[in-house]
Amino acid sequence: MQYLPNIIFAVALILGFGYFAKNVKKLIRNIKLGQDVDVSDNKSERFKNMARIALGQSKMVRRPVSGVLHVIVYVGFIIINIELLEIIIDGLFGTHRIFSSLGTAYGFLIGTFEVLALLVLISVTVFWVRRNIIKLKRFWKSEMKGWPKNDGNFILYFEMVLMSLFLIMNATDVHFQAMNSGNVISQYIAPLFSGLPETTLHIIERGAWWLHILGILVFLNYLYFSKHLHILLAFPNTYFGKLKPKGQFNNLEAVTKEVKLMMDPNVDPFAAPEEGAEDVEPAKFGASDVQDLNWVQLLSAYTCTECGRCTSACPANLTGKKLSPRKIMMDTRDRLEEVGKNIDANNGEFKDDGKQLLGDYITHEELWACTTCNACVEECPVSIDPLSIILEMRRYLVMEQSAAPTELNTMMTNIENNGAPWAYNQMDRLNWKDE
Amino acid sequence: MSDLLKVPTMEEFMAQGKQPEILFWVGSAGSFDDRAKKITRAFVKILNKANVDFAVLGTEESNTGDIAKRAGNEFLFQMQAVTNIEVLNAYDIKKIVTCDPHSFNCLKNEYPGLGGVYEVIHHTQYINELIASGRLKVEGDLYKGKKITFHDPCYLGRANNEYEAPRDVLKQTNAQLVEMKRHKRTALCCGAGGAQMFKEPEKGDKDVNVLRTEDALETRPDIIATGCPYCNTMMTDGVKAKEKEAEVKVLDIAELIANTLNL
Repeated sequence: MQYLPNIIFAVALILGFGYFAKNVKKLIRNIKLGQDVDVSDNKSERFKNMARIALGQSKMVRRPVSGVLHVIVYVGFIIINIELLEIIIDGLFGTHRIFSSLGTAYGFLIGTFEVLALLVLISVTVFWVRRNIIKLKRFWKSEMKGWPKNDGNFILYFEMVLMSLFLIMNATDVHFQAMNSGNVISQYIAPLFSGLPETTLHIIERGAWWLHILGILVFLNYLYFSKHLHILLAFPNTYFGKLKPKGQFNNLEAVTKEVKLMMDPNVDPFAAPEEGAEDVEPAKFGASDVQDLNWVQLLSAYTCTECGRCTSACPANLTGKKLSPRKIMMDTRDRLEEVGKNIDANNGEFKDDGKQLLGDYITHEELWACTTCNACVEECPVSIDPLSIILEMRRYLVMEQSAAPTELNTMMTNIENNGAPWAYNQMDRLNWKDE
Repeated sequence: MSDLLKVPTMEEFMAQGKQPEILFWVGSAGSFDDRAKKITRAFVKILNKANVDFAVLGTEESNTGDIAKRAGNEFLFQMQAVTNIEVLNAYDIKKIVTCDPHSFNCLKNEYPGLGGVYEVIHHTQYINELIASGRLKVEGDLYKGKKITFHDPCYLGRANNEYEAPRDVLKQTNAQLVEMKRHKRTALCCGAGGAQMFKEPEKGDKDVNVLRTEDALETRPDIIATGCPYCNTMMTDGVKAKEKEAEVKVLDIAELIANTLNL
């Protein structure tokens, strides 16, 4: 019976990490549903981007208030997690503060954690106020109703509770307080518990310790279901992010082949198709569902933390149009999750559910409101490119469905016939010279 | 004054067995749109003044396909691109300048993958080069003391990270440059990009160009400077919508320089 806590701890750890690993596998499978795209180039530039944008938070601080607060939470989160190592060893082997033998160094470490914990607590509270009291516009857009709104707050509550438990655990640890080294913050919390018998203090300390570690395990497993996944995926996403100039849109290779054939005078238009050519499914132009997007775009959908900086800079959204770049990413993730569940329920095969990303999630109206101005791409602190998804869906609408707005069809017919978007004669192209 | 414009074509250069320093890509707007044609002519006056040995394709030029691509019609874009590349490569073109950031972006970034590799520069960059190399001297006090605010075109700024060249050129006018709240990488679009120029906007509570014009008017400018024919149209319409056309002019940087030089 003596080892019961150790066993419970080990089981909790295995369950916690096991379930998380299972979901990570699902996450990777879902991302791989996307089309292949070659991002194996320019490794050093990609590493630099990851170091600068994800690790260095360079784009976060462009908005100083939320940026600095975010850096505090981010640094706090990473550094306080060093403490996890001690907790795991203590939990597994029944020791108590195994590293405290380090003496002053230990005091310094824990002291740092305590200061950070307090700073994180304050920052997270400010975040909560910005969302719920000040009601910053970008947190109250139409796509932020229900789960996305709750999700944002749950994460903040989680962090508040975890940080508080860490401080309470230290404050009620009689031996730790007696050391009087490293209790820079908790010494001010300790008096709240003064007068309680030592056994009660011990129960509170143990309670806080257990809730802290179990809370971390629950939080870890919450990630897969939450926008908070960005704490992991921001790194690969900034690594795989676009390196080319923002204005450069990819040239569709399938189209290039066809255009080359059309322009080649040696091609016999009446030639019989090559052997086996009938079996090859013609390439689909553009995207109508998540499987048509490439895997980096799907990774981005899981990376999006719904901060809404993109939407708050989008000219369409600012003028009351339905388009919100954030919603494009949220819809992509929601649909991808739906497809993933469909695959799970049907023994690894996707069964047509009569739905798709285009139409059932993202409307034509949203797609046609985009000015391709790249403001959303410029804003995203983790290198997401919502514009690339909008463009793929426009391609599907125009090339597979001929569903462009009428005025655009007129414009395109003009380009086809006279090489200009207006109905002017090609032969008049130099007339400006003499006017 | 039109008789003073020297606009040789590539065909003429070819006939004389010569190659120009640079090809001026006029673009569809610059060729046909009444307002944009003035910008084209202003830029040619500058080229003439600096004795630049340039040529245009004239009737051999066709739409870049940029708008079609952004509207989703990749097929039409590539047809246009391949046709243009054939002409450009036949003339052995190496360097292109254009007044349209959309053509600039498309030629510079999207043509190389289809076999059209050129050095492409925007006219504000080229004017800046001409000034830096001493080929063009900008002197004149026409705009001295006037307040000018520059509206960054998306496809020059965010899309290709060029924010300084247009501002450097504007400084030559001796005017007072004032920045809008949203400028450089946070600049708001004029509302014309992504083929919006050619369709009615989606339902909303405001037009993008009006919002952007409000940004500009906040700086109380005498002139809104642009570097794109589409932006120019959108901002001009915005100023009209705000009934400020008597006080505020919308002019392309090429026009501001040509006017300063009294060309």
